[in-house]
Amino acid sequence: MSKFVDKGKKETPGISTASLPDIVFMILMFFMVSVSMRQTERKVMVSLPGASEVAKLERKDLTSYIYIGTPTLQYQDLYGTESQIQLNNAFRSIEDIRDFIASERESMSEADRPLMTVSIKADEDTRMGIITDVKQELRRCSALRIMYGARKVNAH
Amino acid sequence: MADISFLMLIFFLMVSTMDKEEGISRRLPVMPPPDMKVEDQKVNRRNIIQVKVNAQDRLFAGNEILDITQLKNKIKEFMTNPQNDPNLPDKEMIFIEGYGDCLVSKGVISLQNDRGTSYSKYIEVQNELIRAVNELRDEWSIANYGKRYSRLNEDQQNIVRKAVPQNISEAEPKDVTKRRR
Repeated sequence: MSKFVDKGKKETPGISTASLPDIVFMILMFFMVSVSMRQTERKVMVSLPGASEVAKLERKDLTSYIYIGTPTLQYQDLYGTESQIQLNNAFRSIEDIRDFIASERESMSEADRPLMTVSIKADEDTRMGIITDVKQELRRCSALRIMYGARKVNAH
Repeated sequence: MADISFLMLIFFLMVSTMDKEEGISRRLPVMPPPDMKVEDQKVNRRNIIQVKVNAQDRLFAGNEILDITQLKNKIKEFMTNPQNDPNLPDKEMIFIEGYGDCLVSKGVISLQNDRGTSYSKYIEVQNELIRAVNELRDEWSIANYGKRYSRLNEDQQNIVRKAVPQNISEAEPKDVTKRRR
């Protein structure tokens, strides 16, 4: 009549891993949505200068990037250690900026073109000479909205 | 299943970037047509402060050599002109929609640099100039609305932007450091 007799030793059941795929999938989805793909391979070394009054870029899709800095080690024997300009995936000169801006403009819709921003990402050790040249060329192409890339530091 | 998902997760972590896009926004002046002669804009001498950075990264503002830490207060004094000094900029009564008449400084900051100036110094100076204007905007907002500029709504921010303008002009490039030959 003993219905509630202890049958042998009790074992603690293991944690079920059935929900693990769901959790991992969720993290995966989060990353896929929140990050942007690396579009270009950096061929110049850029460490951005610090600034406290930085503003966020509003429209990433309407932004073209100009990288300025010394070439990375693997390109130094070809291009030297002087500051170089990188547009898209290659080293370019000042004169190529015009074509670059034109092609970037072409790829945007008519309504978005006035909102186009050029983000200048220059290394902090660059001399202003090359940056002034770039700025003058951008003015000539009437790409007037620019942004000097900087990283946020707190005010001293 | 979990293994495959993990693999994809690792893949996405490797190929993606998380860097935030931040920086100092500027608007370049329109390029004058080549056949037009460059005329000096008729800005009264008292209304313009020249900030120059030479090739040795030394700073020169309003006829004196300054340290970067002094620049912000210099600009704030220039833009507000508290004692109505005749050597500092004029103020103008402007009607701002939604606010009313307001005294607005006519001061313009002209930033000049040399080809040999380092980019980090240039950004540092730009940053100090913007910081001075931002602090003035904050002060104006607190005096008039009792809140900081960043907490105001969009219409109020527009009013503040008109009342405390950010007139920073990047001059045509020229040789600031005179070299002896």
